[in-house]
Amino acid sequence: MEVEAGSAVERARSGDSDAFRLLVEQHSRAVFRLAFRMTGNEEDAEDVVQETFLRAYRQLDKYEARSSFATWLYRIASNYSLDLIRMRKRHEDRRERGSNEDHDILQSIPVDSPSPDRIVYGSEVQHKVNVALNELSAQERTAFVLRHFEGMSIEEIGNTLGTGTNATKHSIFRAVQKLRRSLEPVVGSAR
Amino acid sequence: MNHLNEEQLVLFYYGEAPDTQEVESHLAGCDVCREDFRALQLVLNTVDSAPVPERSATYGQAVWGRIEGKLGIRRRPSFMRWWMWSPALAALILAAFLAGRLTHQSDGPTLAKNQRNVQLAGSQQVRERILLVAVGDHLERTQMVLAELNNAPEGKGKLDISDERQIATELLDDNRLYRQTARSTGDTAVASVLDDLERVLIEIAHSPSEVSSEQLADLRQVIESRGVMFKVRVLGSRVREQESKPVSNRDKISKKL
Repeated sequence: MEVEAGSAVERARSGDSDAFRLLVEQHSRAVFRLAFRMTGNEEDAEDVVQETFLRAYRQLDKYEARSSFATWLYRIASNYSLDLIRMRKRHEDRRERGSNEDHDILQSIPVDSPSPDRIVYGSEVQHKVNVALNELSAQERTAFVLRHFEGMSIEEIGNTLGTGTNATKHSIFRAVQKLRRSLEPVVGSAR
Repeated sequence: MNHLNEEQLVLFYYGEAPDTQEVESHLAGCDVCREDFRALQLVLNTVDSAPVPERSATYGQAVWGRIEGKLGIRRRPSFMRWWMWSPALAALILAAFLAGRLTHQSDGPTLAKNQRNVQLAGSQQVRERILLVAVGDHLERTQMVLAELNNAPEGKGKLDISDERQIATELLDDNRLYRQTARSTGDTAVASVLDDLERVLIEIAHSPSEVSSEQLADLRQVIESRGVMFKVRVLGSRVREQESKPVSNRDKISKKL
């Protein structure tokens, strides 16, 4: 598949739009999954997918075959997601919210009373995971998603985001600490 | 004995600990760290439960549909590529066709001229056939442009229809030639369809390069109100039907419409 993708990339770089179409069709779903995990909502994820391929097309001449095309796309998607999350957070910070609704929901779920219905419990956990991910900073979330879901090494993530290995490592540590703080009471109650 | 810190445990979880064996042996002998690692595992494994909405197998095609117009690719569907030279071809065919008719009308009733007329009639049939092929392709090309506009994805932003607009402009010139020819040869039904088509093509050709969803809806309304898609499809299929018949058995298209 990667050989085929390599050939499609070469053809796309020489102006073959059908080859680029092939690449879009091949990678869209994976980019969407990554984008959704980064941004946490479908609308933003769709935006990221579209912008990623538009940017990729315009920067095809900058792509170096040393990394796989998928990794290169992820880099574009990650950086755009990062910008998007930061922008969203700035907007949210500006808005005067009386209280953090998600936080209230988090607090309202009794930690020490296991739900009698496992399905309801499962959806509650999923909701709390989403809330916990949303509480991460843009940098923490991006680094964490790339490490945890995409299996990229810390060094690769540092290169992708241009933050360096140490800063990336600390972003991931902070992300894990926050997730533990939010989720341990929940998963602990299921034990 | 020092316990493992959280950073060591996180790196170990992700397989990036520089001292994997050391961590493993520590965990094997330390209940406190083992319990801490188990709690970490539980949280991180729980994070995997965060659902991601599924996208269908055709999602990539939909994405392509959304971005194609924004990439600035100036390309035509493959069936149209050879049609780039269509205005010249149409003019050539039409000139040959009209020249044949004029020559035919000016001939006198002598025997020699009658014999010549028989030959000319044969060559005129060939010219009419060529014209028929050209009209058939013209209709097919037009149908594709109308279909592209009818099926264009509706988004929140503006839709780039510069390609469709440019093709419609090219088609307009051809359409005028074919319509005038159909009128002069008495093919009123064909002329009438081409007349309707011309009005729709003018609307498309005069549209902005980027249209809002409201403007796109208006264009679709124009296409729909004139029933052009249906007429073009019917006329196109009949033209193709006529094309496939032997020359001697072919009637004028309008007789069948």
